[in-house]
Amino acid sequence: MSKKEIDEITGTETTGHEWDGIKELNTPLPRWWLWIFYACIVWAIGYMIAMPAWPLINGATKGVLGYASRANVVTDIEKAKDAQQVFLTKIDETEVGDIVKDEELARFARAGGSSAFKVNCVQCHGAGAQGFAGYPNLNDDEWIWGGTIDEIYITIAHGARDNADDDTHISEMPAYGADELLEKDEIISVANYVVSISGGEADAALIGNGAEIFLDNCAACHGEKAEGVAELGGPALNNAIWLYQGGIEAITTQINAPKHGVMPAWRTKLSDATVKQLAVYVHSLGGGE
Amino acid sequence: MKHLNATIILALGTLLTVFAAAFAYDDLFRIHAIILAVHLGAAAIYMARLVKVDGSGEVEDKSGYMDGPIRIGVILTVFWGVIGFTQGVLIAMQLAWPVTNLEPWFNFGRMRPLHTSAVIFAFGGTALITTSLYVVQRTCQARLWGGAGLAWFVFWGYQIFILMAATGYLLGITQSREYAEPEWYVDLWLTIVWVAYLLLFLGTLFKRKEPHIYVANWFYLAFIVTIAMLHVVNNLAVPVSFLGVKSYSLFSGVQDAMTQWWYGHNAVGFFLTAGFLGMMYYFMPKQAERPVFSYRLSIIHFWALIFLYIWAGPHHLHYTALPDWTQTLGMAFSIMLWMPSWGGMINGLMTLSGAWDKIRTDPIIRMMVMAVAFYGMSTFEGPVMSIKAVNALSHYTDWTIGHVHSGALGWVGMISFGAIYFLAPRLWGRKELYSLRMVNWHFWFATLGIVLYASALWVAGITQGLMWKEYDPQGFLVYSFAESVQALHPYYVLRFIAGLLYLTGGCIMAWNIYKTIKGDVRDEKPMVAVTSNAKPAE
Amino acid sequence: MSLLEKHKIIEKSPTLLLVGSLLVVSIGGIVEIAPLFYFQNTIEKVEGMRPYTPLELAGRNIYIREGCYLCHSQMIRPFRDEVERYGQYSLAAESMYDHPFQWGSKRTGPDLARVGGRYSNDWQVQHLTDPRSLVPESIMPKYGFLTKTPLKFDNMDRHLRANQLVGVPYTVEQLENAKADVIAQATTDADIEGLQARYTYDDRFSVPLGDFDGNPDEITEMDALVAYLQMLGTLVDFSTYVPEANYR
Ligand code: HEC
Ligand code: HEC
Ligand code: HEC
Ligand code: HEM
Ligand code: HEM
Ligand SMILES: [Ca+2]
Ligand SMILES: [Ca+2]
Ligand SMILES: [Cu+2]
Repeated sequence: MSKKEIDEITGTETTGHEWDGIKELNTPLPRWWLWIFYACIVWAIGYMIAMPAWPLINGATKGVLGYASRANVVTDIEKAKDAQQVFLTKIDETEVGDIVKDEELARFARAGGSSAFKVNCVQCHGAGAQGFAGYPNLNDDEWIWGGTIDEIYITIAHGARDNADDDTHISEMPAYGADELLEKDEIISVANYVVSISGGEADAALIGNGAEIFLDNCAACHGEKAEGVAELGGPALNNAIWLYQGGIEAITTQINAPKHGVMPAWRTKLSDATVKQLAVYVHSLGGGE
Repeated sequence: MKHLNATIILALGTLLTVFAAAFAYDDLFRIHAIILAVHLGAAAIYMARLVKVDGSGEVEDKSGYMDGPIRIGVILTVFWGVIGFTQGVLIAMQLAWPVTNLEPWFNFGRMRPLHTSAVIFAFGGTALITTSLYVVQRTCQARLWGGAGLAWFVFWGYQIFILMAATGYLLGITQSREYAEPEWYVDLWLTIVWVAYLLLFLGTLFKRKEPHIYVANWFYLAFIVTIAMLHVVNNLAVPVSFLGVKSYSLFSGVQDAMTQWWYGHNAVGFFLTAGFLGMMYYFMPKQAERPVFSYRLSIIHFWALIFLYIWAGPHHLHYTALPDWTQTLGMAFSIMLWMPSWGGMINGLMTLSGAWDKIRTDPIIRMMVMAVAFYGMSTFEGPVMSIKAVNALSHYTDWTIGHVHSGALGWVGMISFGAIYFLAPRLWGRKELYSLRMVNWHFWFATLGIVLYASALWVAGITQGLMWKEYDPQGFLVYSFAESVQALHPYYVLRFIAGLLYLTGGCIMAWNIYKTIKGDVRDEKPMVAVTSNAKPAE
Repeated sequence: MSLLEKHKIIEKSPTLLLVGSLLVVSIGGIVEIAPLFYFQNTIEKVEGMRPYTPLELAGRNIYIREGCYLCHSQMIRPFRDEVERYGQYSLAAESMYDHPFQWGSKRTGPDLARVGGRYSNDWQVQHLTDPRSLVPESIMPKYGFLTKTPLKFDNMDRHLRANQLVGVPYTVEQLENAKADVIAQATTDADIEGLQARYTYDDRFSVPLGDFDGNPDEITEMDALVAYLQMLGTLVDFSTYVPEANYR
């Protein structure tokens, strides 16, 4: 069966075998192919000598370059920090409220804050810091927890109702409906009152009663004129800016069973300098006091 | 009596699965068992109706080879191809327009494994089993070892595996190991089928009348035996209950990751590469009617390929918590793998020397050449992506997906199409295909689809990678993650269109094969006149 | 070419071809995988790693079932940008109880290795129910059905037991209290001290508790999944971790 022959077209000898009509030429290995293959092997050997590579008894060879990916990242971050060091040191030394006094430093802080905001905050507060229902808009000048840079700094560092932080803002609006603190019709009245003072359309007949209930129950946190009390985290209710939503229905829901939104504390996840930058940035969004 | 045994076995199987359903430990296992019972039961009834007590009704293949399973295999390969591509188009759509997710069963997270398994295991696997059984008989001049029972068992056993895997994903039954998602009991079943496949193949090699074993069979054999090893080790797990779906893998964390990507990379290396190289080594020389370019190259690249491939797994884990030393090995061996891979490409392409004109005149050859070209491209791209500095950018991005599909659509898809076009007329005794022009159309749709897919996703991947790392001059990150998601939308739409093109090609093939089997021949102008530049078209 | 001549022997014997191939393909895997099991430095020494609570484990199984790993990695690489975006790079120790690992291979969505504590439970629930209501650009599917699907947790002890068999150091006490611990963690009105004692080492650590899905009447799959998400990446006390000791 083994008949070696010369293939007419290529002039190469076949191996003499045939399978279902298939023959094989005995062409030598292409030179370029072989040389590149050798080159790759030589390179690979070199690379494996340079880098940690071969497992032995207790550990692998370390490589003559002493490379470690985990050491590289440390150097990288240090290098980046060095480039920013002048500013970072200044930020560390400056009270957060005073950063804006140094225009150059403030520009740096706003840039850093803007970046950190994109990475950490937009998922809740929106790409334009415009917020979503339950997640406050940070562009307007209504502040639940106060709008000075210092107050914003505290809010970001410690969050609100984040159990993991001992200094977090805590203020829990009672669940007037769910815990039966107010009657159903009382809730409807006070809801109508809140709608009316915020410029919405409400049932005029209920407003009087609602105002009274408000003074008795709500003013402590939301202010007598419903102008908001930042120390207690009670949002202003006398304007059309809502954390949740306006309208009788949403407001009734809130009075029945408030949501108690949680803002995470960032102190443990971000450096203090970053939190300061965030505060400066958020304050600069337009609504800062 | 031929169908009687099958009927009995199927009936017993049905009974067993009914029991499994009855005593199931959890609901998912029960549903899964019922699905299987229904299919086995239907098959049992079907077989029972075929039983002829006098033993008549047996058709011997005129070729002397056992081609029954192979014929069904060709049909099913085409079928699974169309299903798998459709599934790809669907998940591409979900990434472009998320409203097309239909919770819970048709969410992306459940649909994606359905796609990967449909194309790799259903389409690719059926193509590999089918062609390997065809090739091993022809090149050994021997009928399949083990009789009809073994061959059919391997064939349908594998389809049961596909059924169970696919329905499982939609139900939420998965081990989360990429390309090895089926749960422990489906894994066990595949092990049985796979060992039977190995025996079937090996037995036939032993029966051969040719003194030498043809190179295609080296590749097929290496594929079968290596997949057996990978599958068994990677799927080691402890089930919560023997009648429940859930299991916990034997390894954890870093060791588990390494084992999985040792498997995952070599699923590429042996399933999607070695197996299909076996296919190439038979069908290309047959279709080109030329001898294989170099026997010596075959030997060197075969042994180098299978030896080196196994080491390359860690390139899927660059810069992870896998120790640096392992990553170094993964990268070094991936680079060394470049030339052995290209050995296959050279042997395929150069087999055409002396027949280059066939690229113009024969769309089937053109398809195979394109396959080999894409094989060469993705095995160049692969080593490049294995370089840690490159992988730092490409890992986790759509670049990887682009790479996958230039290999998958270009190499795996195209070489299989070529084989199917070769097989269909021969298996059904037709003089020729229904239409060569439709093959040509298929070729162009597929090629356009691949080029669009790969280029869109290169751009997408690099965009994504750069956006994640983009720093402004002051050293602050520039983009939020969501901005990178938004930036990719146009490319995801392009990929969807690319998928549609590729799918269209697949549908054209399905029609062509269907008509070929029916024995029709399309009334059309011969190919040569149009594709030849030398002669103006009439 | 004498070597190639010898190849004819292999070519004539299916057995040699089979055994030869098997030998050749075994080497790489053994060299790369086996040492990971016996090298002391493969898994870093850290403080705080504990097995999952039964509720978290159930949540993790839902994470796997829904294929979250196909879009989300849980492996922060040691790069400046990843560390700044997601936090401290991941350690091997952090997935030592993960059967199977969930490092992922594609970031269609962001890395989740340290997502624990970054968002509120409410946010997680709303985001899973309707991602685009919070992140308009998102292409993540909706998982609202989780809020409506009661969690099956009667047999969590069997799950813990299976984990124990593959090497997770669950104690007898943890197994016995598996079901009770689910209730305690998701409703906060059962034996919370017991749960904390079983799953933490000292008062530096605590298990996240709560009514995760905003529906105190029922323990749903959403409870479990959010409980899992909220603990991701929070276990290790990095203030006691020495990076330089773990270059390898
Ligand atoms: C889990 C979602 C979430 C994330 C992430 C988040 N916040 Fe908040 N944030 C909230 C909620 C909810 C409130 C309202 C708290 C309340 O009701 O008292 C809030 C309130 C605030 C306030 C106070 C607004 C006011 O009116 O007093 C500031 C300032 C703020 N967030 C800034 C940030 C910054 C900066 C980041 C990123 C570092 C951030 N937030 C990330 C949810 C989030
Ligand atoms: C203990 C303090 C407290 C008391 C008393 C209180 N609230 Fe509040 N209220 C809050 C806080 C804090 C919020 C912010 C809500 C949040 O983040 O869940 C709030 C929010 C609201 C909102 C939603 C505001 C928005 O922008 O969407 C309404 C409406 C409201 N309160 C009405 C009332 C009414 C009416 C009463 C009395 C019946 C009342 N509150 C009593 C603390 C209080
Ligand atoms: C089709 C891909 C896809 C799937 C599947 C998917 N996600 Fe997402 N996920 C995203 C994308 C894109 C984002 C970023 C945009 C956003 O926040 O929605 C995201 C964001 C997230 C986030 C916020 C992370 C952060 O740091 O901002 C969490 C948490 C999350 N996904 C959890 C899950 C869970 C749990 C599952 C499975 C039940 C899941 N995802 C399935 C694509 C996906
Ligand atoms: C020399 C050959 C090859 C090398 C060195 C190689 C290398 C690589 C690399 C580095 C990755 C990216 C891993 C990551 O960053 O996550 C990858 C992914 C992949 N490659 Fe290749 N590749 C090769 C050939 C092929 C071929 C021919 C195919 C297909 C037919 C293929 C299919 C895949 C698949 C499916 C993945 C994705 C795995 C996953 O993450 O799920 N590769 N390959
Ligand atoms: C119509 C053609 C196809 C389309 C539109 C398509 C589309 C897709 C999409 C959208 C994904 C998910 C990518 C992601 O998660 O970002 C994917 C993944 C994948 N597809 Fe396809 N696909 C097609 C054909 C194929 C074929 C023919 C194969 C293999 C033979 C294949 C193999 C894979 C693999 C292995 C993955 C997983 C990649 C990874 O995890 O890295 N696909 N495909
Ligand atoms: Ca499996
Ligand atoms: Ca992948
Ligand atoms: Cu690979």
